[in-house]
Amino acid sequence: MAQPATPITIDAESAADPVLSARPENRVWKKFRHHRSAMLGGVLVVFFCAIALLAPLLPIPDPAATDWGAVRKGPSAAHWFGTDELGRDVLSRLIWGAQASLLAGVVSVAIALGLGVPLGIIAGYFGGWTDAIISRCTEALLAAPFLILAIALAAFLGPSLTNAMIAIGISATPIFIRLTRGQVLSVAAEDYVESARAIGLSTPRILRRYIFPNVLPPVLVQATLTVATAIIAEASLSFLGLGQQPPAPSWGSMLNTAKNFLNQAPWMALWPGIAIFMVVLGFNLLGDGLRDALDPREH
Amino acid sequence: MTLTKMTLAAALLGATTLGAQAADLRIALQSDADVLDPDQSRTFVGRIVYTSLCDKLVDITPDLEIIPQLATEWSFSEDGKQLTMKLRDDAVFHDGTPFDAEAVAANIDRSQNLETSRRKSELSSITGVEVLGSHEIRFDLADADATLMAQFADRAGMMVSPTAAEAAGDDFGLNPVCSGPYQFKERVAQDRIVLEKFADYYNADEYHFDSVTYLPIPDTTVRLANLQSGDIDMLERLAATDLAQAEGDDGIKVESAVSLGYQGITINVANGEKGDNPWGNDKRLRQALSYAIDREAINQVVFNGAFAAGNQPFPPNSPWYSTDFPVPERDVEKAKELLAEAGFADGIDLEVQVPNTTIPLQLMQVVQSMAAEAGINISITSKEFATLLADQSAGDYQASQIGWSGRVDPDGNIHQFMTSDGGINDSKFSNPEVDELLNKARKSNDQDVRRESYTAARAILNEELPIVYLYHQTWIWALDSDISGFTPYPDGMIRLEGMKKEEG
Amino acid sequence: MLSFILRRLVIAIPTIILISVFVFTLQKLLPGDPVLAMAGEERDPQVLEFLREKYRLNDPIPVQYFTWIGNALTGDLGISLRTNQPVLELIGEKLPVTIQLATMAMIFALLIGVPAGIFSAVKKGTVTDYVANVVALSGLSIPNFWLGIMLILLVSVKWKLLPASGYVPLSEDPIRSITVMIMPAFVLGTALAATLMRHTRSAMLSVLSSDYVRTARAKGLVERKVILKHAFRNALTPIVTLTALLFGELIAGAVLTEQIFTIPGFGKLVVDAVFNRDYAVVQGIVLVTAVGFIFMNLLADVAYVLLNPRLRKQ
Repeated sequence: MAQPATPITIDAESAADPVLSARPENRVWKKFRHHRSAMLGGVLVVFFCAIALLAPLLPIPDPAATDWGAVRKGPSAAHWFGTDELGRDVLSRLIWGAQASLLAGVVSVAIALGLGVPLGIIAGYFGGWTDAIISRCTEALLAAPFLILAIALAAFLGPSLTNAMIAIGISATPIFIRLTRGQVLSVAAEDYVESARAIGLSTPRILRRYIFPNVLPPVLVQATLTVATAIIAEASLSFLGLGQQPPAPSWGSMLNTAKNFLNQAPWMALWPGIAIFMVVLGFNLLGDGLRDALDPREH
Repeated sequence: MTLTKMTLAAALLGATTLGAQAADLRIALQSDADVLDPDQSRTFVGRIVYTSLCDKLVDITPDLEIIPQLATEWSFSEDGKQLTMKLRDDAVFHDGTPFDAEAVAANIDRSQNLETSRRKSELSSITGVEVLGSHEIRFDLADADATLMAQFADRAGMMVSPTAAEAAGDDFGLNPVCSGPYQFKERVAQDRIVLEKFADYYNADEYHFDSVTYLPIPDTTVRLANLQSGDIDMLERLAATDLAQAEGDDGIKVESAVSLGYQGITINVANGEKGDNPWGNDKRLRQALSYAIDREAINQVVFNGAFAAGNQPFPPNSPWYSTDFPVPERDVEKAKELLAEAGFADGIDLEVQVPNTTIPLQLMQVVQSMAAEAGINISITSKEFATLLADQSAGDYQASQIGWSGRVDPDGNIHQFMTSDGGINDSKFSNPEVDELLNKARKSNDQDVRRESYTAARAILNEELPIVYLYHQTWIWALDSDISGFTPYPDGMIRLEGMKKEEG
Repeated sequence: MLSFILRRLVIAIPTIILISVFVFTLQKLLPGDPVLAMAGEERDPQVLEFLREKYRLNDPIPVQYFTWIGNALTGDLGISLRTNQPVLELIGEKLPVTIQLATMAMIFALLIGVPAGIFSAVKKGTVTDYVANVVALSGLSIPNFWLGIMLILLVSVKWKLLPASGYVPLSEDPIRSITVMIMPAFVLGTALAATLMRHTRSAMLSVLSSDYVRTARAKGLVERKVILKHAFRNALTPIVTLTALLFGELIAGAVLTEQIFTIPGFGKLVVDAVFNRDYAVVQGIVLVTAVGFIFMNLLADVAYVLLNPRLRKQ
């Protein structure tokens, strides 16, 4: 997807087109900005990241403050979203829980990227036995259902948020290995890479200057979409009791507890679910928008 | 009458008879039973199924008195080392094998010698079995054993068909054959267990259902929803927090009984390296923990007041409860004092491992919050139950939130936990005086002697506190209001005798 | 064709071996002694030791692995520690349940997703398209276990319309069997419908802008005929192959759905087995799933080549 430095102008009309006439990087950004759903996604993500970061500064009650007298009370002036089974403020736990969920999403994907991309590049570029081994291992991991893999890993490591992140990260690695490898295969066959090899550039240099930057865009798209999957995966693991453990708040573990009180306190289950939904929607819209923006074809 | 009319009449008659006879009782259980072999079985819900499937030598009343079932009368010798029993002569196993003294002897042999049998320690006092007549048998005991009759009221006393057991060996659980009012029809793991009425049961008239289906439904909300919609007739272990909703529903009635078991915090006193810390070494810290906790408040907050606060292995309403040591009120000052005496005026940490399910987590968070006020900083490590058990057994813990489902005989709630060689003594608490007292209690058939011994042991254990007891669960059943004849028992079992459902 | 299939099969073998090693190792590494975990409250050390011997848990690890694999090749996947039932039998019991659930979810997803995708592709660029896209992504973004419990709350508890749990075999009572599965199938199929919609839209779009469609239009064919007869038929190929692959993912996705709706299926079986440390069950299931998945992949590849004659030359 190498872009020439000057825009292609076939006729006067396209010369005047605001998108086509811009520099490549700006072109992507402009496309992105005009993509309404992607912007919506971006807004959602930024909003939740903001409340996660600002949680300590917001004027909300302590998420761990129990209150025996106010157990499972519905929404009221004092507690906008009601209280949970120990009298804690649901809204506050929701806001602080954003930290856990977002962290889980981002760190898991970071692990998957950190492991998957290098392995994919190595497999794709060097081929041969290295590729065979890495590919077989990847297929093996992919054949085991993702969530079951994550559950088994999380059970092995012990119930905690960190371990859940590691489990999800490892389970998501094969996706990136396969994607990166595929990208490398198509990029490595391009002429400019051939020429680079021909003039004797060292392998690390080629990898760094040519392969890596061109492999990046689809990987970034996938990474954004995988953050969404990872957030749901963390919620699922917490729902099964394997993720963030109480008293620390996390949307998934809040849902786990809430399912026991569906009758008496439905608000305990409603809000964390909505929160997860909105964050995940945000990342999905964002990823979608990125994919459309980076895609040379008009779709 | 014409042929058509006759057929129609016959069909109608058949239909109504069918309607009256097609009475199936659907009971929802909290979890799935394990292997359906009384000798190998280890789950609570398994025992619920056995209540209908397998008759025992004796049974209990709601007041924990021992009454005849397959055994009609029994007596101990003077020294308590011989137990002679007379058996009913009208009982027969589901496969036609007659029930007699030979069958009982074969059963005891199996329970003691089958390699995978879990009943060995329960029957360890029996050294010999003598068949005295077709329906008379004598057990020779190594030493007097006051717990034996109570053991016969549970799985150790359940009689399986010797013919079937012989043929199936370890796989008996795949197709159990006993002599209870219902016989095994089919089982689909995690889905259902179906029993159908055994026509030749000696008391068949008292059982009004043609079949019983047990359905494991772990989610409490879903279980209740099924009852409310009529998809099931009865459920066990209604969540305490769902009580209000169940009681408010006209189509449902609620029954309850305080259980025989307890829940508490077991502290590692001397189990491996981890026992060698202030909590294991200084009883004042353990006492402080006990004082820091408001047990009634826990009962209110976590269980809506439906359960019973506790401080002994037996619930306060049990005849074995020592009234000399009532449930203590919360006393934060005293707790702080004890902490200071022990040298921790500035506070101390405690790591408690908890199973990662809702109720224990909720319970421990409440305890954590209460203990913090006294200066005890509890950190909760939640583990999967399997891991927790392994770590506890290996001594790899500081404190553990764990309970016991309870046994009819008081010895079952205390001996294996508190004696130096106790099989489930994971705190490795050891006190020769307590050993002596508990062993004495187990050997005497005199209730007063036993009570005295337990009270004396309690005096010591209340000081040492290897287990800080917190509460006793209440079994809560929710039934379709059309069902009558159910009697709540403290052992949590569902006895179908006399139960019936009004149609419509 | 034959050599293609054979080549793929040969490559699959090391993958399967890797999976078996991987799942076996993972089970061994899980903390907690399986025998002790099964023991629950009653712990008789003699019995525990006997069980360890019986299941060869004291053997060195490589020996245990080869014993297991050797048995697996003859169809003996061991027995469940919990109920003494053979694992293969358990799988045979539970798999049809999940397949029924997955099939119903797939039908639902196809019925909703594909037409929505076609519609959206035809109406590309309009508000309808935009809204449809957001709705589809919403379907993908809802945590299915949350959707499940919310539905139970509304439909079963409040409105008492559908049963909250349970399973009835299709052969026993078809109507009740399907009724009981409606909610779970809906929950499971939602994310799938969304994915199918997006892929259908994408496939339709690339086909709609292709030459032969332009030719069809130029020939003056009615638009509807163009869409259904020409465009859709050709868009079908990627959709079909995708469906085959997604089926495998459905089975995995059933894990949480079965947990919530208490459906005694494959997913619930494996989750419970992990928590109970019923290692033989977990190993057996992952092995069977993996082999099944590879097989499905192979089928999908073959189908793809068959549907697309141009690829056959490769």
